[in-house]
Amino acid sequence: MAVTQEMPPRSGLRTDTAVRSRRGGWGHETLMGSLMVTPAVLLLIVFFFIPVALCFALAFTNARLISPEPARIIGFENFSRLFGDPLFWKSLRNTFYFAVVVVPLQSGFALLLALLVNARIRGVNFFRTLYFVPVVTSIVVVSILWRFMYQPDGLVNSMLQALSFNVIQGTDWLNNPAAAMPAIMFMSIWQAVGFHMVIWLSGLQTIPGELYEAAELDGAGKWQQFRYVTWPGLKATRTFILVTITIAALSLFAQINIMTQGGPLDATSTMVFQAVRVGYGQQETAYASTISLVFFVLVLAVSLVQRYLTRERG
Amino acid sequence: MTVTTIDHAPAPTRVAAATERARRPGLRRAGGHLVRILLVGFFAFPLVFMFVSSLKPDDQIFADLSSIKAFLPVGDISLANYTGVFDTVPAARFLINSIAITVITVVIGLVVNSLAAFALSRMRWRGSTLVLAAIIATLVVPFETFALPLLWWVNKLPWVIFQENQFFYTTGWLDTYRVQIFPFLANAFSIYLFYSYFQSIPKTLDEAARVDGAGWFRIYRSVVMPLAGPAIATVAILTFLPAWNSYLWPLMAVQSEELRPVMVGVSYFMQQRVLWGQIMAYSTLITIPVLVMFLALQRQFIRSIASSGVKG
Repeated sequence: MAVTQEMPPRSGLRTDTAVRSRRGGWGHETLMGSLMVTPAVLLLIVFFFIPVALCFALAFTNARLISPEPARIIGFENFSRLFGDPLFWKSLRNTFYFAVVVVPLQSGFALLLALLVNARIRGVNFFRTLYFVPVVTSIVVVSILWRFMYQPDGLVNSMLQALSFNVIQGTDWLNNPAAAMPAIMFMSIWQAVGFHMVIWLSGLQTIPGELYEAAELDGAGKWQQFRYVTWPGLKATRTFILVTITIAALSLFAQINIMTQGGPLDATSTMVFQAVRVGYGQQETAYASTISLVFFVLVLAVSLVQRYLTRERG
Repeated sequence: MTVTTIDHAPAPTRVAAATERARRPGLRRAGGHLVRILLVGFFAFPLVFMFVSSLKPDDQIFADLSSIKAFLPVGDISLANYTGVFDTVPAARFLINSIAITVITVVIGLVVNSLAAFALSRMRWRGSTLVLAAIIATLVVPFETFALPLLWWVNKLPWVIFQENQFFYTTGWLDTYRVQIFPFLANAFSIYLFYSYFQSIPKTLDEAARVDGAGWFRIYRSVVMPLAGPAIATVAILTFLPAWNSYLWPLMAVQSEELRPVMVGVSYFMQQRVLWGQIMAYSTLITIPVLVMFLALQRQFIRSIASSGVKG
């Protein structure tokens, strides 16, 4: 209350601020401000910045997860081991394979769904909600459920048979090296597509309705409306969706760990899966950091591409 | 075909085109609806199958696979799988652990992140732009890139315990509750969401409160936070989901059965003879809390997810 008493009555806001600054409010504000960010900043330093830095540092050592001896610097040994490791190349290839297929299919399918539920019809919320249900279902639950469904005598094969009148016989999806990855891709898209549908939808809703009315009056068909109104209006959303799906695809882990353990014949081993197997299973933190480092560089490259794309167009 | 050409088209043609178009879409609308309904089936069938199977004995699950009965709760329906789950794995313990970890992570996370965002968005202090830039820079880095160095690192972290009126200093966070909570409290994206929401609350409110003698913390607690309901809901939802669903981290960092969360519990079923009915029951059990919350707050959920696209 002291502040109000010292103020001249009826003083404007500007004067109040001036009084505050003159009396050392700036110093106090700095102190309070730093205090308030301290918990978050400390936590981020300990649980984000240091581990990221360690990812770089440990890659040049022989650190083990639990070891009585301190880690030694061994230079580029981990890297030469990595580049000579056929499983690494296979995991890298599998990861890219997954990303290259999933990114366009999932973003395209998500856009289609978004267009379907963007219509002004009754019950549209019901559809949005249902398409979204797999997203809130844990990927762990989804993986175990689909693992059951993908069994040779499982639901997927019996449905394929029934729907194709016994023409399609199906396969042992997760134990067939050629089919395992596509099976996981299909399931992953099923699970995550609703997420990107919602993001496309929020992008679609920023496009003013008058643009469509104008285009329609001008005789533009549905496709032309999409091509010349919708698509250009989704520029920012597009980049965001591509980057998030790409990074999520590169991080593929839970599905692999639950459904195939990297098999059959390492056909589904991915970078993160290999990093976990090495760093946790075999306790070789240093080698796992080296794999993580490559992964980190990939992610960084993807987001730099995003920066570049948005800057150029922005 | 750009929008700017509309003014050049002669008016009668435009009207004719519009009416012609208005007459046609009846069929298209019905077709669109059919597609929407088929898609409901596509997204729902595995989950319906999961729930229905959780009510059946294993031999009946397999017998029903080849017919529509796979999706219908018919035959020998019981909750036997659900009671069986609690005998096979310490399911109650997993559930309690997950609830505790999730609630603590969400509540403390809300405080820590909103405080930081408040200081960054509403106060003028040296270094704030630098801190903000550093936080934003962390947004793109997925957890998987540093999970393994983090595992090594938390094993080296110190901790103080108080026992028999004395403080003891210990090392190593592996296999604790705290290792499942602390790394996920501060979150750059939560800070960013609060930050942008706070920016939309007029700063004149702070000025007025200061004139009345309120300190900064008071302004945070009594002026800004009461107005930040939507941001709080968004951050709570976006913290809740990954906390409840977390798998990779507790799989590596927690070995003791009595400290493990629900998702890691799934792997317990794959070790012995596989009891599919029980797995389906357990999966249903750990999905229901999220599903109920989602259906109750679906608008908030969908808005929260949509807001994560704004930053693009």
